[in-house]
Amino acid sequence: MSALSCNKLTKTFTQGSQTIKGLDDVSIAIAEGSFVCLSGPSGSGKTTLLNAMGGLDTPDSGEILVGDMRVDQMNKSDLADMRLHNIGFVFQSYNLIPVLTAQENIEFVMQIQGIPADQRSAKSREILAEVGLADHEGRRPAQLSGGQQQRVAVARAIVSNPTLVLADEPTANLDSVTATQLMDLFAELNQSRGITFVIATHDARVMEYCRRLIKMEDGKIISDQEQPGRGANV
Amino acid sequence: MADKHSPSAGILATLAWRNLWRNYRRTLIMLTAIVVGVWAMILFSAMMRGMLDEMVQAGLRVLPGEVQVHHPDYQDDPSVVNSMSAPKGKLLQVLNTPPVTAWTTRLKVPGMISSERDNRGVLLLGVDPAGEIALGFDPGDIVQGRFLESADDKGIVIGRKLAERLETRLGKRVVIMSQNPYNDVADRGVRIVGIYRARLQATEELFVYTSRALLQKMLEVEDEISEVAITADNYEHVDAWWRDIDAAAGPDLDTQPWTVLDAYLGSMYEIQGTMNVIIMVIIFIALSFGLVNTLVMAVFERVREIGLMMALGMRPQWIMYQVLLESLMLLSLGLVIGNALATATVLPLESGIDISVVGDGLEMYGMGATLYPTLALEDMLMSTLIVLVLGLLASLIPAWRASRYNPVEALTKT
Ligand SMILES: Nc1ncnc2c1ncn2[C@@H]1O[C@H](COP(=O)(O)OP(=O)(O)O)[C@@H](O)[C@H]1O
Ligand SMILES: [Mg+2]
Repeated sequence: MSALSCNKLTKTFTQGSQTIKGLDDVSIAIAEGSFVCLSGPSGSGKTTLLNAMGGLDTPDSGEILVGDMRVDQMNKSDLADMRLHNIGFVFQSYNLIPVLTAQENIEFVMQIQGIPADQRSAKSREILAEVGLADHEGRRPAQLSGGQQQRVAVARAIVSNPTLVLADEPTANLDSVTATQLMDLFAELNQSRGITFVIATHDARVMEYCRRLIKMEDGKIISDQEQPGRGANV
Repeated sequence: MADKHSPSAGILATLAWRNLWRNYRRTLIMLTAIVVGVWAMILFSAMMRGMLDEMVQAGLRVLPGEVQVHHPDYQDDPSVVNSMSAPKGKLLQVLNTPPVTAWTTRLKVPGMISSERDNRGVLLLGVDPAGEIALGFDPGDIVQGRFLESADDKGIVIGRKLAERLETRLGKRVVIMSQNPYNDVADRGVRIVGIYRARLQATEELFVYTSRALLQKMLEVEDEISEVAITADNYEHVDAWWRDIDAAAGPDLDTQPWTVLDAYLGSMYEIQGTMNVIIMVIIFIALSFGLVNTLVMAVFERVREIGLMMALGMRPQWIMYQVLLESLMLLSLGLVIGNALATATVLPLESGIDISVVGDGLEMYGMGATLYPTLALEDMLMSTLIVLVLGLLASLIPAWRASRYNPVEALTKT
């Protein structure tokens, strides 16, 4: 079964008198456990597609399935629940809640899921160790470097074993060493835990990591290829 | 999928509390405003209570008795025709039973008093001196001479101001005059045995005390009286017992509590609670602008993280609860400190504030030169209720706005 499939998605934005095609008849299927990059120049529709996949935004038309759930037919609160339980998000910046510590940021998701405190605490510590931040649990985002913040965001994204992790330009604000380390982490988690990743990027070094590279332009998919990459072989 | 978990309230509380202190200067300013507002509400109410209490006490002191029984026509025509016989039977029984602590009877008729220099219209009170004292007349108010000593005392006690008006003094003889039931003028010469003072000059000029027997004899009414005056030493609770007196007095007599006898004081007393609430609401409205503004700013500064929380799957109503909780924390903190501050400042004032500087102008309202603020639990609870309920209502606006953000747009706000 696919972790995710989209069928004939369209989305238009109007800006003044102009209409922009954010998504223009996009259809893709993403297999469970795959490691996919969504590439393309700025404005090509990567964010729009990721937001539609993750139930953050609704397309004008078309079908979206996450697992066997029809995301395009959900109301707002069902979408919120779907995001909470099935999707992990990593954004370009501003990923963490400033008043919460690293551990609390990870526990936040589990708390709104209603997971009991003892389980939350054990799980969040374990996952912090997994992303290499074992002794940073008490730090607030402002006390962490950009790379560390993104690692906490990754930890939060995977903590509740989502069907899918969507990352929108996760390395855009990182230097190349840190960016590479973050991509190593993604690849590792993909291999070790079998988590499905879809990463939007226009960074060539990021694209190298992926096993499947989807290129977009003007809201359309212009190419879709397998490549050696570093992720799991599915 | 459809599992509708509630977030643990803990995370909402943690977020609300930490967010509250994020911009601690703004929070402290708002907190100060709430504290001062709550303090002002309670202080104002305490002052009002003290003032009204003074007015009522003063009013009751003029002619003691929280409940009075009269002939049904006495209020319209307080002449001796509309008198009644002394209480007996059931009424007498009730008068000697708690909560009644004291009662007395009076013959009270309009009349004239003349000295060799001048004359004035007055209210002649034929009283039982012991009964008046039991009911609240303060013998300490006798500034010259003595008060009446028995129910058939032959002397007369007049007010200081009346003596001045009549250009007479202690020891002099004056003539009192009124109509007897046969419409004949009855008069009698009496000696001034005492001069009393009252809070109000008007009282000193109006009330003239004679013994009940003397007045009864002068007016040729054997044992007739105009009123029974009754006290339970607590004017506030009069509603609890005056109807029992009424029932015992029977349908042929009129029984009225002080709230009816002095309609002005009665209505003041009745609207006091409402007035305090109105003032509290007005103070709160002034506060609410600051509160709403503070929350709107706090929410606006946090658009992106609100978007983030929504993106992560937090339901819009939880965002709303979080803002409301933040407001509730701020309000509660303000209430605790405000109430503590009000208690700390009002309690020492309960022994009295000298307002003689402004007091002269207030005398017409029955105010004395000292104000005794009264801290009432009722006012503290009411201000707390108003601040919490209206505060949360006002907070609904920013809270609702926060919950309406679209996560995609909120996340990309810069
Ligand atoms: N909310 C919006 N309003 C108007 N135009 C938008 C909006 N969001 C995206 N767009 C437009 O849609 C196109 C695709 O945007 P986006 O998906 O953000 O591209 P990418 O993430 O690949 O840079 C762009 O032309 C962008 O200007
Ligand atoms: Mg983008």
